[in-house]
Amino acid sequence: MNEIKTAQKAVAEKDYTTLNLGPTHPATHGIFQNIVKMDGEIIVDAVPTIGYIHRAFEKIAERRPYYQITPLTDRMNYCSSPINNMGWHMTVEKLAGIEIPKRVQYLRVVIMELARIADHIVCNSVIGVDTGALSGFLYVFQQREHIYEIYEEICGARLTTNVGRIGGLERDFSPKCIDKIENFLKNFPAVLKEFESLLMRNRIFMDRTIGVGAITAERALNYGFTGPNLRATGVDYDVRAMNPYSGYQDFDFVVPVGTSGDTYDRFMVRQQEMWESLSIIRQAMDKIKQMPEKVFHADVPEFYLPPKEEVYNNMEALIYHFKIVMGEVEVPKGEVYHSVEGGNGELGFYLVSDGGRTPYRLHFRRPCFIYYQAYTEMIKGAMLSDAILTLSSLNVIAGELDA
Amino acid sequence: MEDTLLHIVHDKLKSKFGEDIISAEQAYDFPVYTVSKKKIIEIISFLYNEEELGFRFLTTMCGIQFPDNKGGEFCVMYQLHNMPKNWRIRLKVYTPANDMEYPTLTGIFSTANWMEREAFDFYGFIFKGHPNLIRILNMEDMTYHPMRKEYPLEDGTREDKNDSMFGR
Repeated sequence: MNEIKTAQKAVAEKDYTTLNLGPTHPATHGIFQNIVKMDGEIIVDAVPTIGYIHRAFEKIAERRPYYQITPLTDRMNYCSSPINNMGWHMTVEKLAGIEIPKRVQYLRVVIMELARIADHIVCNSVIGVDTGALSGFLYVFQQREHIYEIYEEICGARLTTNVGRIGGLERDFSPKCIDKIENFLKNFPAVLKEFESLLMRNRIFMDRTIGVGAITAERALNYGFTGPNLRATGVDYDVRAMNPYSGYQDFDFVVPVGTSGDTYDRFMVRQQEMWESLSIIRQAMDKIKQMPEKVFHADVPEFYLPPKEEVYNNMEALIYHFKIVMGEVEVPKGEVYHSVEGGNGELGFYLVSDGGRTPYRLHFRRPCFIYYQAYTEMIKGAMLSDAILTLSSLNVIAGELDA
Repeated sequence: MEDTLLHIVHDKLKSKFGEDIISAEQAYDFPVYTVSKKKIIEIISFLYNEEELGFRFLTTMCGIQFPDNKGGEFCVMYQLHNMPKNWRIRLKVYTPANDMEYPTLTGIFSTANWMEREAFDFYGFIFKGHPNLIRILNMEDMTYHPMRKEYPLEDGTREDKNDSMFGR
């Protein structure tokens, strides 16, 4: 059961079936095209085509003031937009040398970990669906809805959140929001436990996932894997632990790793990460309670919009408001790279600033784009149905893949 | 630690490659080395194989264009990572606009395959030896490289958008 399936060599005189898997196919969860060459039901070769929802974010970013780039980042990994938003804010803050108060950092950690849970819920429950278990999917999606309700309390939006501002958050957590987070922390463990008991030791699920779509640690590193997919191969690389940002060094958490890098390990790593995220949120909420209230942004008037009453009554606030909205904020020259642990791996922002109102060059290191190229290698020699499973367990998000 | 990292790597590179290491500086938390194009493969495989350095992970790479930097209008940026020691460095390789050829990194890092295709797609870098250098995100019949600075984002012939008052 455990051995890794090896690739079969294509033989010239043999007749192969060519199948167009995608671009729009209900089993691929996004717009991916793979032209697969098949011998019966075994995949011999595959040619992926990407770029179906390419929206030229890097080009658009060269024309937009810094604060208007946040909505672009939403639309990359739309399963966990808050992480993308925060990553972008932190990049600009690093460039401008803005210090963020501890409380704001922890509030951000809460939002980011909620987003990670939402991201992993989607991926893991969809693995279940692809193996034929729809009920687990329905249970946990109810909980994802609760996370989206928390987002609504924090920023008003659900999917493309545009949460936070350069220098902090746009508003403090309301008491209702804190109630909802506490409720989520109370109710989610039972649901997650139930979800685990449905799948984790389920014979059918294990037979479908163990040894499927495996990759060795060495190949994974060579392919630039990061995040849960790399950790499933046994490499404990986590940006949160290695290059802590936003106060992650203050939390106790374990970086779960797998051994064989197959679909089952990826599932288990994500599952364990959800427990760790829950514990991080718990720690962060406890820390926030001990801190002075009402601190939700740094004191950086040149980046952070003043309250509306002050704009109408205070000359200085009016000037700052005008400058920020018109994008006339002064940023230092230089180049900066900042990475955060996104839902799928190291999400990096490489920003070159020439001191102008827009970035001179902005490059997104999108984990999906980087590891999706290993997909061909991973599915060679596998059955078609296993290829679908491998795709969903890699959690390739089309928006992030194509930027 | 970061400051010493800049020197550790610089000393090793300088003693091995001498003149081909053009400059070294610290940009925020990253040491940045500008190196010459003709030795880039040797430099990266040295960084990969040397025992103490061991930069075995290509985090990202991308193209950049500086139209005013005469003689070095285009640049490719590579970011390498030594995971066990958590060392991260950035290499920059400039090239004039009339010579867009670079050697490919696909022999060292499989992940460079799509990254180089992306850089080709958006800037027109030709990576010599790349197994499949075709466009990746844009459509096949596109005739230009859209991230270059000479292509404005918005259609210049439109008259209904006048934003001169916004200082653009």
